[in-house]
Parts: sequence; C-alpha cells; structure tokens
Amino acid sequence: MKNLLKSSAAALALSVAATAAAAEGKLVLYHWFEYMPQEVLDKFTAETGIEVTMDTYDSNESMLATLKAGGMGTYDLAVPGDYMVSIMAGEGLLDTIANGELANKGNIAPEWADPSFDPGRASSIPYQWGSTSFAVNRDAYSGDIQTTAILFEPPAELSGKINMLDSQGEVMAMASLHLGIPQCSTDREQLKALNAMLQDAKQHWASFNSDTAKEVLVSGDAAVGQIYDGFAAKAREEGANVEYAYPTQGYVAWMDNVVLLKDAPNRENALKFMDFLLEPENIAAVTNYAQYNAGVTGVAGFLDPALAAQPEKNPHADAGDGVFIEVCNQEAQAVYDQIWTNLKK
Amino acid sequence: MAAGAASGGSARADTYKDARGWLLLPSWAVLGIFVLGPVCMMLIYSFLTKEFRGGVIWEPSLAAYDQFFFDRGLFGDEPPKLEWTYITIFWRSIWQAGAATLLSLLIGFPTAYFIATRPENVRPVWVFLITIPYWVNLLIRTVSMKFLLRDQGPLNDFLIGTGLIDSPIHIVNTNFAVQLGLFYSYLPFMVLPVYAAVERYNFSLSEAAADLYASKWTTLRRIVLPAVKPGVVAGCILVFVPSMGSFLAPDLLGGAKNFMIGSLIEEQFKGNAGNWPFGAAASMILLTMVLIILMFSARQQAKTDKAGG
Repeated sequence: MKNLLKSSAAALALSVAATAAAAEGKLVLYHWFEYMPQEVLDKFTAETGIEVTMDTYDSNESMLATLKAGGMGTYDLAVPGDYMVSIMAGEGLLDTIANGELANKGNIAPEWADPSFDPGRASSIPYQWGSTSFAVNRDAYSGDIQTTAILFEPPAELSGKINMLDSQGEVMAMASLHLGIPQCSTDREQLKALNAMLQDAKQHWASFNSDTAKEVLVSGDAAVGQIYDGFAAKAREEGANVEYAYPTQGYVAWMDNVVLLKDAPNRENALKFMDFLLEPENIAAVTNYAQYNAGVTGVAGFLDPALAAQPEKNPHADAGDGVFIEVCNQEAQAVYDQIWTNLKK
Repeated sequence: MAAGAASGGSARADTYKDARGWLLLPSWAVLGIFVLGPVCMMLIYSFLTKEFRGGVIWEPSLAAYDQFFFDRGLFGDEPPKLEWTYITIFWRSIWQAGAATLLSLLIGFPTAYFIATRPENVRPVWVFLITIPYWVNLLIRTVSMKFLLRDQGPLNDFLIGTGLIDSPIHIVNTNFAVQLGLFYSYLPFMVLPVYAAVERYNFSLSEAAADLYASKWTTLRRIVLPAVKPGVVAGCILVFVPSMGSFLAPDLLGGAKNFMIGSLIEEQFKGNAGNWPFGAAASMILLTMVLIILMFSARQQAKTDKAGG
C-alpha cells in the first residue's frame, strides 16, 4: 500500500511536470524494451522541459518494419544495433548530423568514433555495447560450457531445456560460429551443412523467445538460454544460478546506437537528447541499469563498481573472438531466409 | 440468419423507410475504410514484387504465390515440386484451431445451457461472471496461463503435493498448451451465442419429448441440439476463425518452435525475411479459406432454415 501511494504520488508529480513541460516541446523515442531507465528520461525532462514519449520494440527487424510501414515522421530517434544502422542508412532512413551540431560528440570513445557501420558517426552515437552468447544453469549442468555445442549439440542433461532467441540474425551468426563458416556464405556445401545442423539442433530446443529470454532462466523453464550479457547478469541477480559462456568458437558482439531519423518531427530536441546521452553521468546511469557497456569516455567514475567485476563482462583467456552480425546481400539472404523457414516450419 | 433479419426488419421498416440507406452509411464507411481498404491493399500487394528488407516494388509478379505452392530447393534453382512447408503450417493451424473449438464447445455448451436454465433475474449475473476475465488484456492472460502451467508452476506443485503424480507434467511448449491457450482466449465467444440460442429455446418441447418417452440423450440429440444449432455454429465460427490467425498463444505457450499461419505472416512483415508480398499472399489464402468455411456454413444454415420452415 505504501508503495502504491508512493508511486501514485510520483505519477502525479510526473504528470504535473509533464504538463508544465508540454510548452517546451516533445521528443518521440523508438527504443528497445527494458533498456531505458525512467530516471534518465525524468532527468532529461527536468533539465530541458522536453517531454519524452517512448514506444518500444523487441527486434531490430520489427523496428525497421514499423518505420518502413509508415512510422517515418513519427519518431525522432531509434536505437538500432550495429548491422541495422548500415541497413537503415542504405534504406535512406537516417538523417545526417552536421559537424558542430552535437556539442558532446568529442565524448565518444575513440574506438567507437568511426565504426564500420556508420563511418565518422554521421547519423549515430553509441548507446550500449555488449555480447550475445548463452547462459547455462549450473544446477542442471556442471560440465564445460565454453563451447557452442551447448546450444547445437547439447549433452543429454540439457536436451529439451534450451531457449533460443527468436531472431534469425543471432541464431544464424551463432550457428555459423559453431560450424566455423562465414556468416554470409554462398558456398552450397556450407549452406546445406548449416541447414542440416540446425534441423538436428532443433529437436533439443524447448522454445524460441527473445522477450522472455531472461525470465525463462530465472523461472527455471529453461536450463540454457541464448542471451545478451547484461540480461544474463540480471538473471543471476534475480536468483538464477546461471553462468554466462564465452565459447572458444567465438560469440556475437554488438553495439546499439542512437540514430537520428530522417523527417524527425522534433529534430532540435532529438539532438539535445543525443548530447544529453553523451554526458558520461547520464549514459553511465543507463549502463548501471542495463548492465552493458557505454561507448563514452569518462564514464568510469559514475559506474557501479560491482559492474566491472561481473563475470559476464570479463571473457576468459580461451574465449573466441566477438564478431558483429554481417549484412548479407539479397541473394545470400534469400537462402538464409529459406533455412530459417525450414527451421520453424 | 440473414433471412430472419430481413423478415424481422420488414415488419417495422416503415418508420425509417426513407432513411434506410443513410442509416447504414456509418457501417459502410467504417467497413470500407478499415476492412475493404486493407483487404484490397493486401490483394494488390500479394501480386507485387518483393523489395529487399521489406516493402514492395510496383511491378506485377506471381512470385509470392509461386513461393507458397512450389518448392524449388534451398537455392531456388531445382525443378519445382509441390511445396509442403506452408501446407503443413496451414494444416497445423487448422488442427490447433479445430481442437480449441471442440474444447470450447465441450465446456461452453453445458455452461451456456446452465446459464440459460437459471431464473431470468440471475442470468445476467452469470453472463457477467463469464465476461469478467476478459477485461484483462489477452497478452497478460496468456502469460499468466504460462505461469500456471509450467513445470514448477502451481498446477504441477498441486498435483505433486496431492501425490497424484511424481514428476511434473510437461505442458508448456507443447501443442496442447497452445490449444488450451486458444480455448481459454476465445471461450466466451462460444458461450455467449450458444446461451442466446438456448435462452430462446422453448423448454416445453423437451417436456413433450419426455412425455413421448424420449430418453434425456435422445431429447438432447434430436430436439435441443437442432433447435440451438445456429448458436452453436456461430460460436464455432467465432472461436475457430480467430484461433486460426492467432500468434500470441503459439508464441508464448507453444514456444514459437513451429510457425502457425499467424506467426508465419507476422514473420514476413516483422522478421528478417521482410517479404511483404508473400505475407500478403499467405493472408489472402487464409482469408479465402475462412470465406469458404463461412459460405459453407451459411449454405448449411439456409438448408436447415428451409427444412425447419
């Protein structure tokens, strides 16, 4: 009851603040679910008087579909992953940030200042980066987990207790690492082998789910889950005895980026928000919540000290390399789409 | 049913005779904008060329229907064979929806009969009770159902606690879970029309049948069921059709391991494939199937009406 009172009081205060802010303008954000702490938005509103509206999505692809199906001109900012930034740029969905428009652009960490998916950071700023691999419940299995075989050729104890992300890109990239083949292969033998391997692997899988990837590990519905590093850390904190693996074959690395959309209705406010997120203190608050990594210099002092020590953040010595998801051309993609349909038919 | 409505209408049509066309205008406007418009768009899109990563190119093409019916191998260059993938997916959806409809009928019919035979003043209370769970969002109800059914959930805890079973029954991520989910989602769509039909039923007919030495079973089979059949048919359609296109229950309760029609179509628009013409074509094929089912049942209905009248 006390909590209820507290939160209604907060909601009331918030709505009063929002009404006051309405005059200052708006910002419409299209963002991943469970990825933006409310305090950060509140702080932005308090500082600038700009009211933030946020819609959420659960995959890069569904975000792209919404924007292409008439969402352009509604949203100011979106938060695509690395490969999706290049796709969106290719589709002409991104606006260019001119030099000097972002006061804090210099805060971007040097290693993220000129990424291959957005040369020179023409339209984007870093949001968070991390890895996608899988976590294993140590009560269910005590053997070696540093191999992609846990997902694709699991030991008997784990068969039938595996949740995969319901995302073609993540599953295919991991499967390619398992077979040691390129991500956008055009070699027929490799593609056939990939198709056959996934068909075999599927019988060991319980489900495909992205938005409950953490929840199924915490509840014990799944003993193995393909998952992002920060989600694995959260699952562990919520009481699941899970260990995040860095397979020797490699793992998927990713970076989410805030992009300025073409035809943004509140372009000025969007740039203000980007500058706001480039302040070390603010992006550190996001990192403390999401438990990934910021791509901004000077965040260290604002981060939760426990974060750096997390096992999910520290690959062991034998871990393979982190690889970004690649963007295939149309011809290669058609085959991968077919393999995905075969997998789920 | 259509005939009944028309004859019922003509009896008191005079008052608004001149306005009759205008009265339907709002319905036509809504249906035109929100049903016919999208359906026409879908029809057109299904015959267009796919644009890579979603969208369409305005060049006519049969590629979407070709993909649905013909299998040209993994690389698309083998001689065409009949494509079983999508037929399998459609068949699975029909089967799941059929099972859910049957479950709804088995539970819904006695429930509706029970409500209709209560005193008139308490019937609305029962109908009200049936609808209460449906004030909660479908997504939340489906997720809650998963919590109840799962291996470490209350249902299995209870069954193990009573000693009925030793190890948890595995329900989540099975076809049965999907059927249960669909059944639960659409049960009131069965109960309400059946209730409406049973309420109109003249119970003295049952008494007359009993007087003529018909057993209870025979009375139900030969007197009650034919009389309430329109309600049962309406209920079955109302459960079956949305079940076929549903993707919440298959995704959440079935583990999304196998496509249903709904999730297959969703994948074409929201997934990696981004194949809008194919999604539109699959939707058109689904729509055609549903229309055939509806026309078939309407014809059956017309036949019974004729036989009855």
